Amino acid sequence: MDLQREHLVLFFLMGVVTYLPRWLPLFIFSQRSLPAWFIQWLDFIPVAILSALVFPELFLAGEARDLNLWNMKALVALPTFVFAFLTRSLGGTVIFGMFLYWISGRLPVP
Amino acid sequence: MKTDSTYTYRLVFSGFKAAWPICVGYFPLGLALGVVAQNAGLSVVEIGFMSLLVFAGSAQFIAVSMLQGGAAIPAIVATTFVVNLRHVLMSSSLAVHLRGMGRRFLAFFAYGVTDESFAVNLNRFRGGAWHPTEALVVNQLSNATWIVSTVLGGYGGQYIGQKSFGIDYALIAMFIGLIVFQIRGGIYVVTAVAAGGLAVLLGKIIPGNAYVVLASLGAATLGFAMQRAVKRKGGRGPAT
Repeated sequence: MDLQREHLVLFFLMGVVTYLPRWLPLFIFSQRSLPAWFIQWLDFIPVAILSALVFPELFLAGEARDLNLWNMKALVALPTFVFAFLTRSLGGTVIFGMFLYWISGRLPVP
Repeated sequence: MKTDSTYTYRLVFSGFKAAWPICVGYFPLGLALGVVAQNAGLSVVEIGFMSLLVFAGSAQFIAVSMLQGGAAIPAIVATTFVVNLRHVLMSSSLAVHLRGMGRRFLAFFAYGVTDESFAVNLNRFRGGAWHPTEALVVNQLSNATWIVSTVLGGYGGQYIGQKSFGIDYALIAMFIGLIVFQIRGGIYVVTAVAAGGLAVLLGKIIPGNAYVVLASLGAATLGFAMQRAVKRKGGRGPAT
């Protein structure tokens, strides 16, 4: 159970550079009223950032990020998408996606 | 006083109901990080400290692999900074819904802003009637799950099935659901597809994960411009 000083320093510094980008905008933007155009622009950030996180996860494989449009992760995403659209249930979508992905991994197809 | 505490319980409970998909998704990831970190020579105590001080999954994975490769502290810290810069965008979006909150609350809240808690909380804020305390509960529950699962992984995560029941698909499914909930018209669909396409394209071309921020900025600006154009036409375009 050792705790190397060098590692602790590293984690502390990592913590600082992780915390600042999370805290500064909250601190600055919650204290003043923002221009309307900026709020309208921010309105598109969530859907953009979520898609920017998920699409590469589905279509780029491995460290080399090889483009792969036809794989189980991407195929399961389609019915999961439809399920979310129809049910509007986040919990249900998570369970449904997990179940489909799990089942698909046990099917006797490559 | 009794109603006060009942109210608080209700907020904690509804925060819990919103956070569980995150926790389910974090668990296998945390286990995996614990295993990798232990293999890289970190002790269980160190793994716990890292998760407590940093709380940033992808940055922690990268840091551990850099540590194993013998990278120097400044290089790891700089990489962590760049990897986590995307949270500037998330906190900016969240700030709109946290106007007027005290500085101490914000300081505490900021600690728990991750891709996942941001997405869940923002979706709830949009739906209306989401209390900042509920949002804070989501952040803290995610954080607690993360710390516990990474430490567990450090103890012997290789013996726990991290892929059983499709648990490794939990976060992807959650993000897919949240994307669907964010879509409120054709312009949002175009924005989503543009961001995803740009991210895949940029992810292929440029190393690191700057593609997330660049694709988000580009697509959000595109969506904003389209909305402006539609409005200028006299609002006769598709409803947004």
